[in-house]
Amino acid sequence: MSVGEKHFIQAMMDPSLPVPEGLSDSQFRPAGRRFNVYRNNVATSLTAAMHTAFPVITKLLGKENMDGLSGMYLRAHPPTSPIMMFYGADFPVFLAEIKQLDHLGYLADIARLELALRTSYHAADAQPIPADALAQIAPDDLMKTQITLSPSVQLIASAWPIYDIWRFNTQDDAPKPNAGAQDILITRPEFDPIPQLLPAGGADWIMGLMQGATIAEAHDKTLETMPEFDLGATLTLLLQGGAITHLTTKG
Amino acid sequence: MQDSNHTNSGLPLAAGVGYKPQHFTQLLDAPGNVRWLEIHAENYMGDGGRPHAQLRRLSEQFAMSVHGVGLSIGGEAPLDTDHLARLKHLIDWLNPASFSEHLAWSTHDSHFYNDLLALPYTNTTLARICDHIDQVQTVIGRQMLLENPSNYLAFDESTWAEPEFLTEISQRTGCGLLLDINNVFVSATNLDFSPQGYIDAFALDKVGEIHLGGHDVDEDDHGDTLLIDSHGSEVVDPVWDLLDYTLERSGPLPILIEWDNDVPDWPLLAAEAERAASTLQMRAV
Repeated sequence: MSVGEKHFIQAMMDPSLPVPEGLSDSQFRPAGRRFNVYRNNVATSLTAAMHTAFPVITKLLGKENMDGLSGMYLRAHPPTSPIMMFYGADFPVFLAEIKQLDHLGYLADIARLELALRTSYHAADAQPIPADALAQIAPDDLMKTQITLSPSVQLIASAWPIYDIWRFNTQDDAPKPNAGAQDILITRPEFDPIPQLLPAGGADWIMGLMQGATIAEAHDKTLETMPEFDLGATLTLLLQGGAITHLTTKG
Repeated sequence: MQDSNHTNSGLPLAAGVGYKPQHFTQLLDAPGNVRWLEIHAENYMGDGGRPHAQLRRLSEQFAMSVHGVGLSIGGEAPLDTDHLARLKHLIDWLNPASFSEHLAWSTHDSHFYNDLLALPYTNTTLARICDHIDQVQTVIGRQMLLENPSNYLAFDESTWAEPEFLTEISQRTGCGLLLDINNVFVSATNLDFSPQGYIDAFALDKVGEIHLGGHDVDEDDHGDTLLIDSHGSEVVDPVWDLLDYTLERSGPLPILIEWDNDVPDWPLLAAEAERAASTLQMRAV
């Protein structure tokens, strides 16, 4: 009999189903556990991909729990692309929907941070503006200037202290996290993405820039909700991270 | 040794290794007898960053081979044209000496299963695979090599033996073949045929590249040996012997050491490549 792909995949993804008939060993006996090689390869390789993609989540939950979650995730969200560097894109939403993890409310945002680090790592290369480019612009014109950011720039806004949690789990001697919302800017000065803590309001301001607002327009909008927003400190983070690729002064 | 290139692939008649980023610096500083590198295409389909920068640097010093693991050439569905376009983009900018893919499938109903899955060898699958290879070679504008898989089981419906199936594909499409000698040994053990007989039946004049790798040992329900292609250890002696048997009949070929899991420190991988290089050199004398 003919073994179609659909039948093969169903049995491969659900070990409780029988091995398809029509698959044999050299003596025409049913393939039996020979078929398990495919079951194991798929589960093992995609579990390994999740461990690689989410090292902090793995550390927070422990290897065994991460193995279990990876299997559940694989069945709920099989890869939709052969490009494994972006496997796990739905993991933050998946984590947020698991009731048993409700007490670890920050997990989904940590997963978003880990995804953003990978996205930044693989983003297109772009030449940053020279260090003195902003100083070349007259102060009046500066506020009318739009900023184009490098493709490697990522923003993660969170109601949780995600920067402290990330640092505590990736760096020796990092302080224990305190409660409070934290927003993160990721820049990639050369090849390694660097997450940095943004001042309050920084994420809103940068989001405004990404949407095409001038420095002043984004600043005014940010001040409406965050009167103590520190424009200079935020702009310095962008400059030091090589995150600005173009300046366009509106005439 | 003066390298000449193989007509079926453009790769040097020398040893190569599967490239792992952790070996980047040592490859440049102490390549030993490694003359060429193979990459998995899908790992370099991001937009830039370190992976691309490393490829640009390595391609100044080594011949490059692009090895796809995601096209699903043996699949029932049409090829993913977006993926094929990404592949063309990579091949266009890197301009490798060779491109190869597998006699296998990995995608069904738009889901990708990240493994090389087996297929039956029938006139139906033959026609489909040839159409897919024609499409690939047209889009990328060059000949590709097709690799023989590791087999753990057989399809009752198959009407072709694997070497003849590959020969027919090569004749119909003009593609070359990639002969994975570890896969031959694994399949021969698992399905109880003679690996030398398989080599005898193989279209060696179409081969543009040889793969060698390690495998794991398990057993089936009846206690018979079941070898699993794992690329996680040294090449075993019977596989080296089968390489000798092959080279006696084929003449020199580009030989790659694949080591994808539990990747060793550079000296161990370099030693495997050195053994492949000296096997080639002994035959050249």
